[in-house]
Formats: sequence, C-alpha cells, structure tokens
Amino acid sequence: MKIIVCLKQVPDTEANIKIDTNGKSISEAGIKFIINPYSEYAIEEAIRLKEAGKAESITAVSWGPERVSEALKTALAMGVDDVLLLKTDSYSVDSFATAGILAAKLKTMEYDLILMGKETIDDGSMQIGPMLSELLNIPCVTVVTKLDVDGEHVTVKREVEGGSEIIETSTPCIITCQKGLNEPRYPSIRGVMMAKKKQVTTEQVSFEGENLSINKLSYPAARSEGKVVGEGADAVAELVRLLREEAKVL
Amino acid sequence: MSAILVVTELQNNEFKKSSFETVSQARRLADSLGQTVTALVIGSDVKAKAASLGEYGADQVLTAEDTKLENFNPDYYKTIVIEAVKKVSPEIVLFIATLQGRDLAPRVAAALETGLASDCTGLEVVDGSLEIEHPLYAGKVFAKLSLESPVKILSLRPGVFEAKMNGKQAVVNSLELPALESRIKIKEINKTGGDKLDVTEADIIVTGGRGVRSAENFKIIEELATVLNAAVGATRAVVDSEWRPHDEQVGQTGKVVSPSLYIMCGASGSIQHWAGMSGSKCIVAVNKDPEAPIIKRADYSIVGDLFEVVPALTQEIKKIKG
Ligand SMILES: Cc1cc2nc3c(=O)[nH]c(=O)nc-3n(C[C@H](O)[C@H](O)[C@H](O)COP(=O)(O)OP(=O)(O)OC[C@H]3O[C@@H](n4cnc5c(N)ncnc54)[C@H](O)[C@@H]3O)c2cc1C
Repeated sequence: MKIIVCLKQVPDTEANIKIDTNGKSISEAGIKFIINPYSEYAIEEAIRLKEAGKAESITAVSWGPERVSEALKTALAMGVDDVLLLKTDSYSVDSFATAGILAAKLKTMEYDLILMGKETIDDGSMQIGPMLSELLNIPCVTVVTKLDVDGEHVTVKREVEGGSEIIETSTPCIITCQKGLNEPRYPSIRGVMMAKKKQVTTEQVSFEGENLSINKLSYPAARSEGKVVGEGADAVAELVRLLREEAKVL
Repeated sequence: MSAILVVTELQNNEFKKSSFETVSQARRLADSLGQTVTALVIGSDVKAKAASLGEYGADQVLTAEDTKLENFNPDYYKTIVIEAVKKVSPEIVLFIATLQGRDLAPRVAAALETGLASDCTGLEVVDGSLEIEHPLYAGKVFAKLSLESPVKILSLRPGVFEAKMNGKQAVVNSLELPALESRIKIKEINKTGGDKLDVTEADIIVTGGRGVRSAENFKIIEELATVLNAAVGATRAVVDSEWRPHDEQVGQTGKVVSPSLYIMCGASGSIQHWAGMSGSKCIVAVNKDPEAPIIKRADYSIVGDLFEVVPALTQEIKKIKG
C-alpha cells in the first residue's frame, strides 16, 4: 500500500499575528512556522501503518513558499520516505484552487490511501479533503479518530455532532485526521540525520481559477475592560445581578 | 427571480437552532438582493416539520425524504444538494458550518467547480455584492472576503447570526430523488452524548479547566450547566487528562463557540483556548489566581476557589429561576 500525506505549514499557535502594510496579508517577520497540528496526526498514522507492515511507502506533499521545505524536512525526520513541495509564489485563501493544484499532481502519482489533517489552523477552511474526494473521484471520510486498514478494507471511527460513527469504505480513499487518532512522535536524532541526506523535490505550480479572495484584514474589535466582581462565594450574588441587569445574559 | 438555497440540518429529527439562523440570514440577504429563499430539508421523515422554516423566512421548502437519508451520508447528501441546485438554480447556497455542513459543502463546491467561503461570521450586501467575514488564525485576524463565482457557496458559523421569526408561510414541495449511490457504509452510530447539547449550539457554556482537578469533580460544573440549561465545555488540559471527551474541547484545536454567556472555572485563559471562545458575548471567569490571564480579559471575574464559588453560583441561579 502506498500512502500520500498532504500536510500544511502554518504559524505556531502562540504566534503574534500582525497584518502587513498592504492590509491583505500577514507579516511573516518573526513568525515561527510549524506543521499544522492536525497534519501531524496524518503523518504519525502513516508511519504507524508502515511500521505495522501495512504500508510500503509514504510520500508527504505540501504546497506554499520555500520555507515549507522545513516542514517537509521534519516529516522526513519523523519517518516519511519522500517529500514533494508544490512551490507557489502567492498565497490563496481559495481552497478550491489549492485542491486543484494538489489534485493535478496526485493524479500523476500512485496511492492507495491519502491522509491529511481535518483542518488547518491558519485559515481553518476544512475543505481540502472533501474537495479532493470530488476531484479524484474517490471516497473521503472526515474527522477520523480511529483508522483500521486491512488490505483494501478501511474501517474508521469519525466524530459527529453528539457522538461518533463507525464507517467502512475501501481504498483508494481519503481520510482527514482528528485529535485522538494517535500521539504524534518527535523526530529522533537518527531521523533528523537521515532527513539531512534526503532531498525535498520541488515543483513550481500556480493557483488557477481563484474565486475567493481577501479584500481586507482587520483585528477583532477590542473587548471592553473587564471587572473583578469580588472574592469568593460572597461575590456570587453581585455577579448574578450584573449578568442580569448589566450584561443582560441571564 | 434568482434564489438563495439553504441546506438545513436536523439533530434527533428536529431542526438545529442554526438551521433557523441560516434561513433567517438567507431571508435578510434575499430582501436586499431581491431574491427568494428555498430551504432544503434532508432526512427520512421531515415533511411535517418542513413548513416551520417558513416562519424564519423561507418562501419554499424542498424536502428530500428517504430511509437512506435518515443519517448523514456525504455521498447521498451531496447528490441531493446538487439535484436541488439544478432545480432552483440558486446564485447563493448557504450551508451551516457544523461538522456535517463542513463535510458536505466542499464536496458540492468542488462538484460545481466553484469557490467556497466556509465558517463565515459576518455577511453583508455591499453595492449589490456579498462581503463575507471569516476569521483567520483562530480569530486573531478577521478577513473580509469576496467570492466571484457564478454560484456562491458559503457556510455560516452556528450561534453567530440571529434566528428571526417573520411569520411567513412557505410552500412545501418534495424534491424528486435522483439515484443514490455511496462508496461508504455507516456501520454504527454511537450517540455518546445522548441528547447532550453541543457546545456549538449552546447559548450558555460552562467550561471547566485544569483547576477542576478530576473527572468526578466535574459534577459541580455539570450542576451549574444544568440549572443554566448550558452545555459543558473543557480546556485541552482537561481533555488530555481524559476527564472530559474531546467533543467538548473549546479552542484552536477544539471547537469554536460564540454563546451569549461563557463561564470559565479553573481555566487560565491560554491563547489557544481564547481562540475558541473570544466570540462569546459575555465572559465570566472564576479563578483563584488574581494574576491569571483570564482575570484581565473576562468581562466579569470572581477571584476565589471554584469549589466554593461554583456551587454558590448554582444555588443563586436556582433561587432566581425559582
Ligand atoms: C498546538 C496547541 C493547540 C492547543 N489547543 C488548545 C485548545 O484547543 N483548547 C485549549 O483549551 N487549549 C489548547 N492548548 C493548550 C493551552 O496552551 C493550555 O495548555 C490549556 O488551555 C490550559 O488549560 P487550563 O486553562 O485548563 O489549565 P491551566 O493553564 O493549568 O490553568 C488552570 C487554572 O485554574 C486555576 N485554578 C486552579 N485551581 C483552582 C481552584 N481551586 N479554583 C479556581 N481556580 C483554580 C489556576 O489558577 C489556573 O489559572 C493548545 C496548545 C497547543 C500547543
């Protein structure tokens, strides 16, 4: 079985996000970039399938500017076999355009299973997996917390509102990964050394047919200064009064 | 006249509150764009309740009924939505940004080869075109987006838009069902939460953090939630300790919520947690540490031991609710 992991590089969750002077993008100065936390579950799951003897190879694919090579190097150090960067010179919020870039490349590759995060924590669009399902005409199950692969049979547990579902499908298919699926490993020192010897294959691509674009970025409205109502249980009556009379939420 | 199609959602065979919110929003847009509103209801037994969407502004309700449609199957539901799109030729299609809507909308968008603006928190008509607001970087920045495709597909975040009754009557029609085929099979459905209110649907949320100290201690959080008719939320520290299930986690790697009241007990207010709840109208913190970051950011806070304050709060609310 051949696995492809699609991963994205995103700003660290702690990052202080500043809007660039153009008002339409963020300033990357001083930002630490990480592998999207949900992509890490996908990488880890692929490696576990390989360790269990169920997968023969893992290729990680990502897109974005040159800095994304770092994320792919980390994926190599964790244990994927090959990495590919689809290098773009621009940023797009249009996930259909991104899915288009990925689909065009994936169509030329061999795969049985495509793993990716259920969402990226930068634009939070949550669209790529189900869109690729359409573009590649293969099934996709989203928000998966447990994955079993037995030959071409795939059984997953997915999170739904108010509970979970057990779903069966077959390869080739796309699985989008949710927290709970596994605990991603840190790269070992040996892994980091091995990764140094490997190449990040890079192909230049560009977004086509973008329909969704950013007009303007802004910061959220500042919340008004809060107040400390008091200390301990004695303050409860006053809190309830404020919630009813001032905030009018009770 | 051009139409707006709303793909509604049910939970336990009742409309989710967000279905009413999204239909109301469609009505508002339709009025300023001179369009009509068609709401689509998919399920196994939906005819009887379909007309209630008229009260929120639907001109027409299309029902798609089949035993196969009782539970969400993305392949079946996608086929149904595309059939409805063919039938009403909408210019705008609105989904709800729930797990279900966020699974379904991208499939429909890709099948129609169009862009999709997901998880929108604001929607205005400016000079005849849509101005869409969508949070980026978990709400650290907000983007105003424009969508240029002939069919514009959006999903609206639950709890953000107002559900407004306007007492209209809707015509209810059934959609002729296309052939339904799927490559996935639902083997089992586990409603672990039973009828538990999901944090994304709740108007009030009571969240416990690491300060609650154990799964058993969450009883006091649940008691406060019960008297307030609220959902229970959790920080990641709590979920990682397995005191609460992950579906209750609020934050950057959990759910994004926007209730009118968010009560945080024994949670510090980390940047990642804040990302999930900063859209709450009113934030209350109970924390024993006067220096905890949340004390400065909450609208109202009580400095004190949650094991004292939370039960007292439960009693006080019981009193006023009689
Ligand atoms: C990539 C990434 C993603 C993350 N995503 C999320 C996410 O989605 N959601 C999330 O919540 N976190 C997330 N986190 C974790 C986050 O950084 C914090 O670690 C977490 O939110 C802390 O949870 P807490 O507030 O419950 O615990 P703590 O920060 O330990 O705070 C506990 C608080 O309880 C108070 N306290 C203790 N005892 C009492 C008492 N008896 N009475 C009153 N107060 C008391 C303490 O003063 C303290 O302020 C993420 C982290 C990373 C790195």
